[in-house]
Amino acid sequence: MNKNKKDFNIIVNGVGGQGLITLLKVISEAAMKEGLDVKTSELHGLAQRGGAVEAHLRFGPKIYSPLVEKGKADLIISLETQEALVVSYYASKNSNTVYLVNQFRTPTLSETISDEDVLKRLKKISSNVIIIPASDVCQKELGNSVVAGVFLLGMAAAHNFIPLDMNTLINVIKEVIPEKYLELNLNAFNLAKTYKPAAVVNS
Amino acid sequence: MEEFFSAPLGKKILLLGNEALVRGALESGVNFVSTYPGTPASEIGNIFSRIAKNNNIYFEFSTNEKIAMEAGIGASFSGLKVLVAMKNFGLNVALDPLLPLAYTGTKGPMVIVTADDPNCWSSAQTEENTRGIAYLSHIPVLEPSDPQECKDFIKLAYDISERFNTPVIIRTTTRVAHQTSPVILGNLIKNQKTGEFVKDMRRFVTMPPRVLEMKKELLEKIKKIGQFAEKSKINQIFSNKKKNAKVGIITSGVSFLHSMESLQELNAELPVLKLGFFYPLPEEAIKKFIKNLKKVLIVEELEPFLEKEVERLAKNVNPKLQIFGKKYLPEIGELRPEYVSNALAKMLGKKYALGSMYVIPSFKHLARFCPGCPYWSVFGTIKKAAPENTIFGGDIGCYMLAGLPPHMTQDYLSCMGSSIGIAHGISKATGQKIITVIGDSTFFHSGIPSLVNAIFNKSAPLIIILDNQTTAMTGHQPHPGIGKTGMGEETAQLKIEDIVQACGVKNLKIVDSMNVTDLEAAIKEYSAKDEVSVIIARHICALLASRQIPSKPAAAKQ
Repeated sequence: MNKNKKDFNIIVNGVGGQGLITLLKVISEAAMKEGLDVKTSELHGLAQRGGAVEAHLRFGPKIYSPLVEKGKADLIISLETQEALVVSYYASKNSNTVYLVNQFRTPTLSETISDEDVLKRLKKISSNVIIIPASDVCQKELGNSVVAGVFLLGMAAAHNFIPLDMNTLINVIKEVIPEKYLELNLNAFNLAKTYKPAAVVNS
Repeated sequence: MEEFFSAPLGKKILLLGNEALVRGALESGVNFVSTYPGTPASEIGNIFSRIAKNNNIYFEFSTNEKIAMEAGIGASFSGLKVLVAMKNFGLNVALDPLLPLAYTGTKGPMVIVTADDPNCWSSAQTEENTRGIAYLSHIPVLEPSDPQECKDFIKLAYDISERFNTPVIIRTTTRVAHQTSPVILGNLIKNQKTGEFVKDMRRFVTMPPRVLEMKKELLEKIKKIGQFAEKSKINQIFSNKKKNAKVGIITSGVSFLHSMESLQELNAELPVLKLGFFYPLPEEAIKKFIKNLKKVLIVEELEPFLEKEVERLAKNVNPKLQIFGKKYLPEIGELRPEYVSNALAKMLGKKYALGSMYVIPSFKHLARFCPGCPYWSVFGTIKKAAPENTIFGGDIGCYMLAGLPPHMTQDYLSCMGSSIGIAHGISKATGQKIITVIGDSTFFHSGIPSLVNAIFNKSAPLIIILDNQTTAMTGHQPHPGIGKTGMGEETAQLKIEDIVQACGVKNLKIVDSMNVTDLEAAIKEYSAKDEVSVIIARHICALLASRQIPSKPAAAKQ
C-alpha cells in the first residue's frame, strides 16, 4: 500500500442517458478549481445506447492513470441499483469505499437481481453502502428524475464523502449547466443537503 | 466549447483527448480537414463540423475513409496543411492511397489521426493495433499519453511533416482519445489559404521505374527521421532517481500513465523510458537505456511490437538482459494500472495481490435500440416475416444491436459494408436464403460496389437498407443522402432508390420502417425471389427526430 496516497478516486456508473457525463464535468471542473490535477475516462459510441456506462474520475496533486485501480475507489456513485454490483471491482474495505446507490432500476433483458441481494453483496466489500431512491425523490420533489446524479453529488458533498468544497461545486454547476436547466440542477443539489434520509439503508 | 476559443493563451482548461487534438491542429494553422466518423475518433469531425466555417477551414465528412484520405492527399499536393481523422478500421479502408503517399511524400504538411480501441469498447470487429501499419507504410507514428500530449504531439507532427515531406500518424487509443485532463493553451493560428497544384510528375506519379527510386528516397528519409527521433524530447526518461539502476521500464501511450501509477503503488523507483515515437524507433536511445540493466519490463497494450524490437536491440548491446512483457501482461484487452503493478511485482519479486485478471460482471445492461427507434419495428418484423432457416447478415451501425437479445437476428458481422458482399458469397456457395441489413451511411460508405457485384455475378440476397437519414451511431453526422455537407451547406441529395435502380435491381420497394404490415408483405414477397431484391426501410432516427435537428427526410413512397 502506498502511504502517501492523496488521490481521490471516483467511479460513476449507470446506464446510458442518465446524465453521467454532466456529473463528471461538474466534479472534474470543481477539482481543477481547487488547484488539483484531474483525469477522467469515459466511453462513447454504442456504449451509450441504454447499455451499462462506467466513468472514472481521479483528482489529487498529480494524477497519472485515467483509470481507478482495482479496490481503490474512495467513492462510487451508481445511478442504477444493479449496476452498482458491476463496479464492485473498484470497491474495498481497505479503501473505505463509500457506495452511494440510486434505488432505481431499468430492465436488463436478462438476469435481474433484487435490491436486497445487491445490498447484501455490496456490504461484503464496503462498510459504507447507502442506497437512496434519488430518482423517485427528484421526480416527487422537482418533477424530474434526470437530476438524480446531481442530487447524489449533493449528498456526497453534504456528508463529506467527497473532499471538494460545497461552494466550489455550486459555482461550477452555475458555470457548466445550461441556463435552461440550471435552477433544476441547483434545486437537486440543494435538496440533498436538507434531505432527511428516512429511506437510507445504511449498514 | 466557447472556452475552447476564448480562453487566453497559457490558460489551463479541461479537454478531452480528441478536443486537444483539434486544438493542436488549430494552433498549427490547419487548412483542410476530412474524416469519416468512427468511435473513438468521432468528436474530431464533430467539432470541426461546428467550427470550420467561422475559422476559414475547409471541412468535410467524406463518403468513406479512403476518400477522406484521397481528399487530404489532394489538398496536401496543393500545398495546404491537412488533417485526416478516422478510427483504426477506417485506416484499413484508407490504406490503398496511404501507402503510395509515403512514396510521393506530402507537399503541404499532413497529419493522420487514427484511434485504436483495445478492449473493443465501442467497435467490436477486432482489437486492431495500428502500430503495425508503420512497418507496412514507412510512415512515422507518434503515441501521445494524455490530452496535453495530444495537443503537443500533433503540433510536432506538423513540424515533422513540414520538415521531411512525410505524412505523420498520431495513434491514440480509447483511453487517450476519451481521457479528460488539464491542457495549457497555446496560440491559435489563423492561416487562411487557397492551395495551388503545381505540376511535378516526378513527385506525384508513382509508376515504375521512378517508383523504385521513390522507395530508395523514402528509406533514406526514414533514416533521417530516425536521427531526428533519437534527439526528440518526446522520448524521455522518467523517475530516474537511482543511479546505476538495474531494472527499468520501457513504455508509451496510456501504458506509460499506468506504469507511473504502479511505481507509486509499489513504492518502487525505477527509470522509465517513455517513447513518443513508435516509428521510426529511437534505437540508440533504447540501447543506451538497456545497456546496463539486468531486467526490463515492456509495458504495451495488445501485440508485443516494442518487446520484439527491444529483444532485437538487446542482442547487440546486452545479450543477458532479461526482457519481460507479454509473459506477465495480457495481449488481449486494454491494460489497467493493477495489471502493470502485478507484472512489476512479479519481476521485482515483490508481493502484490491482484486476484482475477478480468472483471466478470454478474450480469449486464446490454446496449439496446433507443425508445422509439424504428429498428425495433424492423427487426421484430424481419424475424416474423422471414422464412424458416433464413440467414441474417449484419453490418456496422446501431443495427449491430440486432445481434443481442431480444432480437438475435445477426448470423455474421464483419467490417463496414461487408453484409452484402458476404451475403453474395454465401448465396453463391450454398443457394441458402439470406436477408441482410445495411444502414444508409454504410451503404454509401462501401455497400454500393457490393450491390453492383451481386447484380453482376447473379446472386439472390434480400438486402434491407435501413435508412434512418443520418449516421446515427457516431453522433448524427450527415452523409450523401441528406442534402447537407459537414459544414452545413446545402448540396445535392443522392437518393438511395435511384442508386439501387441504376445498379440494375429490378425488385425494389420503399416502405416506412414503422409500417409493419407493408414491411412484412415486402419481406415475404422478396424472400421468394431468386435474384437480388432491395427493400429501403425508411424512417428518421428517433433521437434525431426528438432533438429536432433540421434535416430533409425524403417522404416514404411505394
